[in-house]
Amino acid sequence: MLDRSFIGLESTPRSVDVEKGQLKFFARATDETNRIYFDEDAAKAAGHPALPAPPTFLMCLGSLAPDREDILGKLGVDIGRILHGEQHFTCFKPIYAGDTITLTTRVTDMYDKKGGALDFIVQETDATNQHGETVGATRSTIVVRNT
Amino acid sequence: MTLTYDSVEVGDALAEHASKPISRHTLALYCGASGDHNPIHVDSDFAKAFGMPDVFAHGMLSMAYLAQLLTRWVPQSQIRTWGVRFVAITPVHAKVICTGKVVEKFEADGERRVRLEINAHTDAGLHTLAGDAVIALP
Repeated sequence: MLDRSFIGLESTPRSVDVEKGQLKFFARATDETNRIYFDEDAAKAAGHPALPAPPTFLMCLGSLAPDREDILGKLGVDIGRILHGEQHFTCFKPIYAGDTITLTTRVTDMYDKKGGALDFIVQETDATNQHGETVGATRSTIVVRNT
Repeated sequence: MTLTYDSVEVGDALAEHASKPISRHTLALYCGASGDHNPIHVDSDFAKAFGMPDVFAHGMLSMAYLAQLLTRWVPQSQIRTWGVRFVAITPVHAKVICTGKVVEKFEADGERRVRLEINAHTDAGLHTLAGDAVIALP
């Protein structure tokens, strides 16, 4: 069983730049066809100041700027044993290319199932932009296969 | 044409959205583009060492396709909350078929909203993602 004392642990806030090249790469990797996500002229024609980040990209920002505390590493979780269990997003404001997003992650719950064969780690992340506005929040459940 | 609250009924289905078959190349691109560098999605040696038969698709790749289902229906700014459970692993070579339907109409925080049930299946009929989305409509 994982060390439950990690519940409540909060990461040091970390900042990550939303790079337009990364957004274009993400659009290509996901076969995006809506031009507002990879063509700046199309984005501006649709009323956006810059390329918008698509709905799941906030999770990518978290991956591109991992928590310095390395919560999973300190828990002794092997990356080859993790699966994604659940993912939720709350959306408040658009995120655009050129923004700098600050992420703060907390471990909000840990539990196990199947007699300890599976451990679950729930982490919530809040995201604010360079204007101090809350742009979104995520809740991620990671499943650890212990067998 | 702008989709309005009054024009939508419970039971309405969104236009189905299907991905191309997920190749190993797709997974390599998504690895770099997403920042999720877990080798289990791109290195079959690593995947086998951890008891998996082969590499498999990132759950978040399928969720990105579900996001496209939503943003083909309404502008992204109308999405309030959304989430999924990953109920099965998506194998390499699968196509991801995304579906959604309106299950509730309601008012909250001074605006009119609908709740969608959203799902992803592979082209082999495997149910992979199950979730919902709350969308504001004018």
